[in-house]
Amino acid sequence: MTRRTVLTIVVMVLVGLLPPLLYWSGNAFYLDLATRLVILAIAATSLNLILGYGGMVSFGHAAFVGIGAYAVGIPAHHWLYGGMDAIATTSGYVQIALAVGVAGFFALLTGLVCLRTTGVYFIMITMAFAQMAYYLILSIEEYGGDDGLVIDTRSEFAWISLDDPIQLFFLAYVSLVIAMLMVRMIVNSRFGMVVQGAKGNPERMATLGFNVYVFRLVAYVISGAMAGYAGALLGNFTTFISPEMMDWSRSGELMFMVILGGASTSVGPVIGAVVFIVLEEFLSHFTVYWHLPFGLMLMAVVLFARGGFVGMLTKRKGR
Amino acid sequence: MTDILQIQSLNKSFGGIKATDDLNLSVQTGELHAIIGPNGAGKTTLISQLSGGQKPDTGKILFKGRNIAGQPAHKRASLGITRSFQITSLIMEMTVLDNIALAVQAGDGHSFRFLRPARSISHLRDRALELLKRVDLAEKADHQTVALSHGEHRRMELAIALASEADLMLLDEPMAGLGTHESHQMVELLRGIKGRHTILLIEHDMDAVFALADRISVLVYGHIIATGTPAEIRDNEAVQHAYLGEE
Ligand SMILES: Nc1ncnc2c1ncn2[C@@H]1O[C@H](COP(=O)(O)OP(=O)(O)OP(=O)(O)O)[C@@H](O)[C@H]1O
Ligand SMILES: [Mg+2]
Repeated sequence: MTRRTVLTIVVMVLVGLLPPLLYWSGNAFYLDLATRLVILAIAATSLNLILGYGGMVSFGHAAFVGIGAYAVGIPAHHWLYGGMDAIATTSGYVQIALAVGVAGFFALLTGLVCLRTTGVYFIMITMAFAQMAYYLILSIEEYGGDDGLVIDTRSEFAWISLDDPIQLFFLAYVSLVIAMLMVRMIVNSRFGMVVQGAKGNPERMATLGFNVYVFRLVAYVISGAMAGYAGALLGNFTTFISPEMMDWSRSGELMFMVILGGASTSVGPVIGAVVFIVLEEFLSHFTVYWHLPFGLMLMAVVLFARGGFVGMLTKRKGR
Repeated sequence: MTDILQIQSLNKSFGGIKATDDLNLSVQTGELHAIIGPNGAGKTTLISQLSGGQKPDTGKILFKGRNIAGQPAHKRASLGITRSFQITSLIMEMTVLDNIALAVQAGDGHSFRFLRPARSISHLRDRALELLKRVDLAEKADHQTVALSHGEHRRMELAIALASEADLMLLDEPMAGLGTHESHQMVELLRGIKGRHTILLIEHDMDAVFALADRISVLVYGHIIATGTPAEIRDNEAVQHAYLGEE
């Protein structure tokens, strides 16, 4: 086993066991924190597919998460208050299908445009589209606009109840593991090799006969759909959603997690999410400027430890 | 003999520089056609317009009788054109074998496959290994590409061009930066593939060019000033004046 595999297993076992153990021993608070961490890790994992492996630095990933959350909130809202009968439901299956479908479709539409550009332009245009989604939701009064929307009824499934925090945590955790395995499978497939090749040398890939644009677009849609799923979980977790979920700073946080943890590694985004949650939780007690040390750490990692935390933790001596 | 490639009145400018100036050229099926010319003559720019990396301003590029001047690079590759790069263009983050396997995969035509690990697909790996053997790099298969020497990178470029089994191979200075021994090795490799593919070879190394080429065209200031057999080119006065004399 490589060091990275060991690290992955250790981190995943800790993330899966520690929070429930704390919960059962009377520290419910930590389970809450961990559930949020795991959901963010799913979103970061989806971003890692395009940012880490594909070299597409999307600065609008929170939009997909937000869409996923509203795909739970809006049907639940109509189910309670009437209107829009076609989508009024508390069925988790329908809501998740909506979250994945709409987020994927939004990724397709925006990706068609964004992926015409690269570099800084790509960063700016993905951010611009996310802000558009933000203002769109903001402008719909029915869904609370600026004030946000309370989800009165969580998604309903046949076998599990998301009202039980431990079940919600395990659903999120299993989802994270599946998301990580999926991303791993995709990047190692023939499709994934092309996407990775296009990160390293798009001109070469085009010369070989690959339509880089189409490969990137497909990866972008998969990534957006996965982030939509994470958003559906996040909506169920917070039971309160607002356009603020789609703000560019949220997208930035996801980027931080991927880069800080270790882009293009399975466990990197998870470690990034851990660091983020820990910093946010503990530093925010001391200072409202808690983002500052976070930003400094990110800069340090980018400048001195390429490969993020995973890179630092798995570096062999004498190399 | 039929012409696999016909270039008609091709023009391309960068600002005030005419990199390609009313260029006409025919390449016969099966020949090794060399293009020589001084630095900045527009050789690489020509190759890029043929491979689709750059768009010509005006003119026609007929490949197998069909004008491809407006086609994107990936389309041209699927039509049967491959190129190597003067400045090594590999995927440095990947292993040597992965680089070649991707080139094989491109020709295999099944790249929207999401489930099986690409590295477990034996016919791609086997073919890639076979190509690495041909360029004498088999023992480096699992090395990171970035760790290889310049000469090894040049041979990887050739292996990638070979992987495509393209009808037309555009080779941009395969010997650029190689030492004497490595150059000889490359000449022998090219001699081995000559006749099996149509090759448009750009090269500064005159010994190599005169040893390998069936025909030679001389490019000066973006314009072809002469085309002929190596013997004809050697005796051509305009060529001697414009180019060979300076050597
Ligand atoms: N992208 C570009 N932008 C501006 N000018 C360019 C560009 N590419 C090439 N040129 C110019 O076009 C001319 C032809 O360049 P090109 O690289 O095709 O020459 P070359 O014959 O390949 O030279 P060398 O033997 O040095 O490789 C040169 O004057 C070069 O400076
Ligand atoms: Mg050149």
